[in-house]
Amino acid sequence: MRNDAVSQTRLEPTIFELSQPGRRSGGQGPGKLQGSIPSTLRRRTPPKLPEVSELQAVRHYTRLSQLNFSIDTNFYPLGSCTMKYNPKACNQYAMLPEFLGHHPHAHPNLSQGFLECMYELQDMLKEITGMAAVSLTPMAGAQGEFAGVAMIRAYHRARGDLDRDEIIVPQAAHGTNPATAAMCGFKVVELPCDASGDCDVEQLRRVVGPRTAGIMLTNPSTLGVFERRIAEIRTIVHDVGGLLYYDGANLNAILGIVRPGDMGFDVIHMNLHKTFSTPHGGGGPGAGAVGVAPRLEPFLPVPVVGKTGGQYRFMDERDRPQTIGRLSGFMGNAGVLLRAYIYIRMLGRDGLRRVGEYATLNANYLLRRLQEVGYQAAYPDRRATHEFIVTLKTEAKDLGATAMDFAKRLLDYGFHAPTTYFPLLVPECLLIEPTETESKETLDGFATAMAHVREEAKTEVSRLKGAPYTLPVRRLDDVRAAKQLELVWRPDP
Amino acid sequence: MPFIPHTPADERSMLDAIGVSDISSLFDEIPKDLRAAPLTGIPVAMTEMAVGRLMSERANRDGRPLNFIGAGAYEHHIPAAVWSIVTRGEIYSAYTPYQAEASQGTLQTIFEYQSMIASLTGMDVSNASLYDGASALAEACLMAVRVQKKTSGARILMPRSVSPVYRGCAESICGLQGLIFDVIEYDRSGGSTSVALLPDSTGNDVTAIVIQQPNFFGMLEDVDALTDWAHAKGALVIAVVNPMTLAVLRPPGEWGAKGADIVVGEGQPLGVPISGGGPYFGFMTTRMEHVRQMPGRIVGRTVDLDGRTGYTLTLQAREQHIRRSKATSNICTNQGLLMSAATIYMAIMGPQGLEEVATASVHNTELLVSAIAALPKVRTAFIGPRFHEAVLQLDVPVAVVLEGLARLGIAGGYDLSRDYPELGSALLVCATETKTAADIARYTEALATVMSNVDSVGE
Repeated sequence: MRNDAVSQTRLEPTIFELSQPGRRSGGQGPGKLQGSIPSTLRRRTPPKLPEVSELQAVRHYTRLSQLNFSIDTNFYPLGSCTMKYNPKACNQYAMLPEFLGHHPHAHPNLSQGFLECMYELQDMLKEITGMAAVSLTPMAGAQGEFAGVAMIRAYHRARGDLDRDEIIVPQAAHGTNPATAAMCGFKVVELPCDASGDCDVEQLRRVVGPRTAGIMLTNPSTLGVFERRIAEIRTIVHDVGGLLYYDGANLNAILGIVRPGDMGFDVIHMNLHKTFSTPHGGGGPGAGAVGVAPRLEPFLPVPVVGKTGGQYRFMDERDRPQTIGRLSGFMGNAGVLLRAYIYIRMLGRDGLRRVGEYATLNANYLLRRLQEVGYQAAYPDRRATHEFIVTLKTEAKDLGATAMDFAKRLLDYGFHAPTTYFPLLVPECLLIEPTETESKETLDGFATAMAHVREEAKTEVSRLKGAPYTLPVRRLDDVRAAKQLELVWRPDP
Repeated sequence: MPFIPHTPADERSMLDAIGVSDISSLFDEIPKDLRAAPLTGIPVAMTEMAVGRLMSERANRDGRPLNFIGAGAYEHHIPAAVWSIVTRGEIYSAYTPYQAEASQGTLQTIFEYQSMIASLTGMDVSNASLYDGASALAEACLMAVRVQKKTSGARILMPRSVSPVYRGCAESICGLQGLIFDVIEYDRSGGSTSVALLPDSTGNDVTAIVIQQPNFFGMLEDVDALTDWAHAKGALVIAVVNPMTLAVLRPPGEWGAKGADIVVGEGQPLGVPISGGGPYFGFMTTRMEHVRQMPGRIVGRTVDLDGRTGYTLTLQAREQHIRRSKATSNICTNQGLLMSAATIYMAIMGPQGLEEVATASVHNTELLVSAIAALPKVRTAFIGPRFHEAVLQLDVPVAVVLEGLARLGIAGGYDLSRDYPELGSALLVCATETKTAADIARYTEALATVMSNVDSVGE
């Protein structure tokens, strides 16, 4: 039973319930000073912010933090998200007081240290991806995608090629791909995959044409396999005048092994919060730098960092009159970019290649271990890349235990669940990405837990249906959340 | 090997389990002619100690100048508790709360954040945050089009007193969907948008008007008149606000007779360091009736199987992972870490602390303006109520002045002459609560010294 007095007291109230009128965190305000704001523009009633002591706030948010799973506390094999260790040094050195206090509009003479890091990061990302030029400004993967597709649009328009209004997106693609294409004013043409997980190249030949602006691909794909016919795809799309967009979601798999530029991609985005280990922060900040082939360089979003006569400076619309413009208030998530810079410097050229190698080793090993205990690979004839899919369609049919049930039960074993129900075209799937920073013992422990859950599904499926049991809450009522919308705190009536 | 734990024995037994002889065999599906050459353009690995030294050297080169720049990024004191909590691994290294039961800390924090921001802006509901203030304005413009059910030719009135970067960003992002922005001039004496300058025969073809309060010049707009004008024309009001100022200023929900419809802004002043321009977070609030048109993550309160309170992502049918090309936006994440910092900041400051920060910033800016406007060759550009920024017109070129101040270790302000050439040699300055009387005196003296060494414009 969970609804006894002891477990009730373990629930953390909201900060508003800890509030007492007139209580303050003394010493944090600068004190009362008068400013001349006309009374007609003044606020009439104070905002409903909590009134608590500093200790109450510290204790409350520390306790809340302890209700989370995180990389620092749990194995987090969330497929497509690359939840690898975020080195502490990256955070500490990006938070040096000089960097934290650096104003984005400070004079270039007060910015050379920061700009040098950014300039070198641009250069290193060019080398890693095989692209000709890089802009660091997009603030997340989805914004990088937007920048990339907007550049494709700008490129065709600059050539007077105005009829290209279609973007081809594989069925297995991440939802941001079609959403981005639509935001950029394109129609989305979906491309199916064949039984082995590759894009259906024959179908691609049928759908390309003079209206094709480009194709958005992830390679390795979201199905956890390498797109083997990438050279053919490149030729087909380029031959009709389209461009190839590379979604860098899965760059970790091929770091130092294959470069998107060498595969023939014209424009790419990188998720620095995945491949280059900047923190996910409970859902952001990300950083979605973009790289381009030479013909797209004039269209890069600004600012980018340039170097003139030994001095670093921001290059903007004056230097790049054909730019797709600005996507953020300054130059993206600068502090995140510093963390990625530090990470790459610590790994060096050999360390980067090892990332791709050991991410792939871990994924293939874990896949084998899960197959040994009876799980079914979605693509058993293929090598796993840095991630792989198991399908629970048999378990769902025979045992009545869904992928969601397996995921929730895994939480009780102390493992964050893999990605569930993505990609949409594999039924009852788990997308599992262990990353290179996990040890063999952790992978073995996860495989053992998965074996236990599978046994439970056979012998006592209700154990899975009611899971989790050991977390701060049990399974939540999502339907009620959407129907009886409670989106802000209100005192109990 | 940095951050890779495998021993040679681990590697051997893992390869044996897979049934391959070496790691390179795992890449046998990749065509040979695509394999990369060694990344010789990447430097060799550095130890943590060596990287620490490198980064300290880079940081020291930029130093810690005395900062009087605002222009969208504001230096405020941040209680030590804020970042000491936010950088805990349980917050820093978690991801989007897809598994709600394993993410109650993040989810409850977002719920508290939504409650605080909604109250601060005077609106019903908030999302879980967006990338930054500039991109949040772009998202608000797209949302206004959805609310107004415009299918093509939507027009949005965009005053020039709105931040030039915000305007540029809105055009980059919304222009691809055919939105048209009509530029509205500002009043030259007051530095604000007056109703008299708005188009008089708009009918119902205007989707929305954007109102920034305080505006980019730091001046206070007549938000009531502008809001009522827009609503009379059937247009929505998109408010762009600095959340810090709302401890003192009337919240957008109370502008005019009916209040603003969508509120966005840059959350950075709430506990986020200026940090070279990011990461920050954008916020967005609206009325309940428009919640299904709002982009981004939203958290709701619900119950678990035992009837206990819990929190979960909700209204996901708006989002890209469900709706794909029909989603409200392509946005995937929020800015969780920064939103968390802001929530803790607001909790520690409380309504009184926040009000003190806001009024002290207004007070210090008044001191700054009266000190430097008393110098020869300097005058204030606009007359009227302002918040914590001011435009000063100089008789010498701003760029030269800023370079001279930089040499003295002062980040002296933002040069307006490129975006607002009609103002001549104009400088935007800001003094938050972090500036003392001695700082203001040092700035004033330095400015006088630098200007006395520079020839006047046109001489």
